[in-house]
Amino acid sequence: MDEQNTDVIQGTLDMLILKTLSLEPMHGFGIARRIEQISRGVFKVNPGSLLTAFQRLERAGWLDAKWRETDNSRRAKFYKLTRAGRKQLEHETSDWSRRVAAVALLLKAEG
Amino acid sequence: MSLWRQITRGLRTLANRSSSDQEVSEEVQNFLDEATAEYAARGFSPEEARRAAKIQMGNMTNVKEEVRSYGWENIVETLFADVRYGLRQLRRNPSFTVITILTLALGIGANTAVFSVVNSVLLKPLSYPRSEELVSLHQAAPGAAGLFSVADGLPLSASMYVTYSDHNRAFQSVGVWVSGTANVTGAAEAEQVRTMNVSDGLLDALAVPPILGRMLSSSDQQPGSAATVMLSYGYWQRHFGADRSVLGQKMNVDANLREIVGVMPRGFQVLNADFDLILPLALNRNKQILAGFEYHGVARLKPGVTIAEANADVTRMLPVWMDSWSNGPGVNSHFYEVWKITPALRPLKQEVVGDVGNALWVVMATLGIVMLITCANVANLLLVKTEGRQQELAIRAALGAGWWRIVRALLMESLVLGLFGGVLAIGLAYEGLKLLVALSPNSLPRLSEISLDGRSLAFTLTLSLLSALLFGLIPAFKYAGTRISLVLRSAGRTASASRERHGIRNMLVVTQVALALILLVSAGLMIRTFRSLRTVDPGFAYPEHLQIMRISIPQSLVKEPAQVTRIQNNISDKLAAIPGVTSVGFASEMPMEGLETDWDIIVPEGRPDATDENQPLRMFKHVSPGFIETDGTRLVAGRDLTWTDVYDRRPSVLVSENLARELWGNPSAALGKRFREFSDWREVVGVVEDVRENGVDQKGPTIVYWPPSNVRYVSFVIRSDRTGTSSFLDEVRKAVASVNSELPVTAVRTMQDLYDHSLARTSFALVMLAIAGSMALAIGVIGIYGVVSYTVSQRTREIGIRLALGAQQGAIKRMFVRHALVLSGIGAAIGLTAAFGLMRLMTSLLFGISPRDPLTYFLVPGALLMVAAFASYIPARRAAAVDPANTLRAD
Repeated sequence: MDEQNTDVIQGTLDMLILKTLSLEPMHGFGIARRIEQISRGVFKVNPGSLLTAFQRLERAGWLDAKWRETDNSRRAKFYKLTRAGRKQLEHETSDWSRRVAAVALLLKAEG
Repeated sequence: MSLWRQITRGLRTLANRSSSDQEVSEEVQNFLDEATAEYAARGFSPEEARRAAKIQMGNMTNVKEEVRSYGWENIVETLFADVRYGLRQLRRNPSFTVITILTLALGIGANTAVFSVVNSVLLKPLSYPRSEELVSLHQAAPGAAGLFSVADGLPLSASMYVTYSDHNRAFQSVGVWVSGTANVTGAAEAEQVRTMNVSDGLLDALAVPPILGRMLSSSDQQPGSAATVMLSYGYWQRHFGADRSVLGQKMNVDANLREIVGVMPRGFQVLNADFDLILPLALNRNKQILAGFEYHGVARLKPGVTIAEANADVTRMLPVWMDSWSNGPGVNSHFYEVWKITPALRPLKQEVVGDVGNALWVVMATLGIVMLITCANVANLLLVKTEGRQQELAIRAALGAGWWRIVRALLMESLVLGLFGGVLAIGLAYEGLKLLVALSPNSLPRLSEISLDGRSLAFTLTLSLLSALLFGLIPAFKYAGTRISLVLRSAGRTASASRERHGIRNMLVVTQVALALILLVSAGLMIRTFRSLRTVDPGFAYPEHLQIMRISIPQSLVKEPAQVTRIQNNISDKLAAIPGVTSVGFASEMPMEGLETDWDIIVPEGRPDATDENQPLRMFKHVSPGFIETDGTRLVAGRDLTWTDVYDRRPSVLVSENLARELWGNPSAALGKRFREFSDWREVVGVVEDVRENGVDQKGPTIVYWPPSNVRYVSFVIRSDRTGTSSFLDEVRKAVASVNSELPVTAVRTMQDLYDHSLARTSFALVMLAIAGSMALAIGVIGIYGVVSYTVSQRTREIGIRLALGAQQGAIKRMFVRHALVLSGIGAAIGLTAAFGLMRLMTSLLFGISPRDPLTYFLVPGALLMVAAFASYIPARRAAAVDPANTLRAD
């Protein structure tokens, strides 16, 4: 694995999880792996933070969890996006884009 | 939705911690397995794959803990753990726990009970709709001092009411009332009932709708109609069995047939007055004069009108009143300017509550102080207990418990104590209030409304928690920061107590003593007040042997005025014939009976400077021959009235001593002197001592005693040592019935009842302060005892060494007693200074002594120091009895 990776930007972990799950239901390690892969190894997910985030998102009603068999026939806890979760993802995505655009503008002005 | 999930998931975790922990472990384990599989798939050897996965994972226990500690239920859980731990601690020290909870329960219970009274009597609004708009038409008349008690003020005359009703700009409605009695006949036996005589506008102002029928209206108030009546709820229940068909029925009230038009709801009172019937006053506007001040006025202010504006409105109407009416031809109608009548309207609640507010607040403050003392005491006990646990706390800290975590654990223990105390306190307060209502001190208004309501319970809870915080924080802060090194260094009994360790405890004892002293000084002042009230000669003697009762002879029963006196004379004779009766008399009213009195001016003969205009008003009483003697009022000069005076219509009168001195210099000089009332001349035949008509604490008014003539409502008084026994009262009723079987006998009591009633406020405050003072003293003594005996136990070894080195036992005892005396001395000094300032607040409750009464300020601290010396002597003696050999060997 790439040693140059960094921790997930503070406050974006929830959004990344929701985004990852919007494709298909997944278990914890799968989500961590997917985030690393898609970000080409830039983001490294801390397992403790990830599992705690599941608790938080589930309590918030954005995820549903279910134990079932994985492809290699191990029992794992699979997470699925709820309708409320999907709405939350939309909300966070647009919010994030706005911020990014604003930061980009600022940086350009500075430059 | 998400909140719901928060709660349900949290509860599920709480209910089944192990299964939810299991789930977290499994998920973490699964994460590790998947990671291992991933590395294996990338071509790592199984060994390497597992290592790489574990490195990525980090410390598994930490991860599990991190996941597990998410959620509110974790806070609840540690809280529960603290509570369980606290309970276990308390169970381990049953005697400490019981003493603490009982002390707290007493303190909180007493406060809850008094708060309930304060809440029901002073804080809750009156039970009339929008009662904040209601005012009592209170009026002061400083120029007519002595005529009425200052507290009651000048009542309204009918003409005043009519003027106010016609000309006011400030009131929505205004009315007057006066309570009275009436005879209801036609039923099985004649009955005297309590009436509420109201003018138009009164019921409108109070605005309480009847539960049945209609209110009295303006048409019922037509003079001479006398045709309608309303019933109180109680009377309706008792006499008509709550029959709804009473409307329209007629009843015979004072020989007039009246139609029942309505029934008032349960609990309806006009201010504090209970009644059976409401009768229209039916005032005849054309026949009113200025005088006749006998009505209580109530008005409902227009929205937005302040009391000051209403006062200005009444001030404007007073000249109108004097212009519109007169007291007869040729009499200056502006005579009343001498009286300096000034409106002093006040909220109706203030009128209802009266001056009991002062006493109640003093009691409340007093018990607040007791509560502080209680807290100080419990804090002290807790300090001792926590000190014994220093090692345990230090070890917990060393194992990683944070400062806040330890403070929280200690506070939880205090909160548990506080709550147990509070729960027990509610029981105590409930019983206490039941007792209070059963004793029903007459001086307490709105007694029937007193209850433990939600506000009282909230008060109890708050008080329990606050006091728990107060006494819990002291040991918590003192010991939560304990370092293990310190404890280990000073562990064992080798060390003597350091000065610093006792600092807080000594301070708490000083506080307790100071607060207790304030309470004891106030109790002492009340005792002195009570004693000086008891030594006042009220103007009658041995009131416990005076039986009194009201007998009225209505016009419907006996028409002829002369006949009325005959009948009263006959009753007197019959009563005097009862075995055991020394003497009998009757009068228009008894001293302190609180009935409306007559008064007018008299003009002494041969004094050109004395005119109708400049003479003050005198109280007029009608008394039978023998009344003065029966009452035990001393005859200062001359003779009593005789029946010959009465029947021959002689102009003989008696006057009070202060009147004789004022007009003629001395009592004997008054004999044979004459004065004029209107145009009739009267002659003074006797002078009697002053009587405190308005209560023990108010000087007797100047009184003219007239012979009885056409006085239909009188109080009979019988002197006998059989007063109050039922056989005696039976004989009394039979004697009255033998003269006329239709005469109702009412308001049967002894003169002692009236006397006690006039002292009720003082005795109420005295009893409450005495209870609070003794509680404070007891708790303070326990505090001193506790501190000294703890010091002794801490210093046993040192004492052993001292004794072994040859110290005398007496010197050891003195050392400890001196310690207690120094603490109490400082406390007493602080308390005295505070009391000196605070007691001015009590002035209104005191009588005959100064709030800085030297005797009280000398005796109370003296007694307190003696008690403190005694409380410390017991542990001091134990210290001196220490066997040096034992203590030195014990280590």
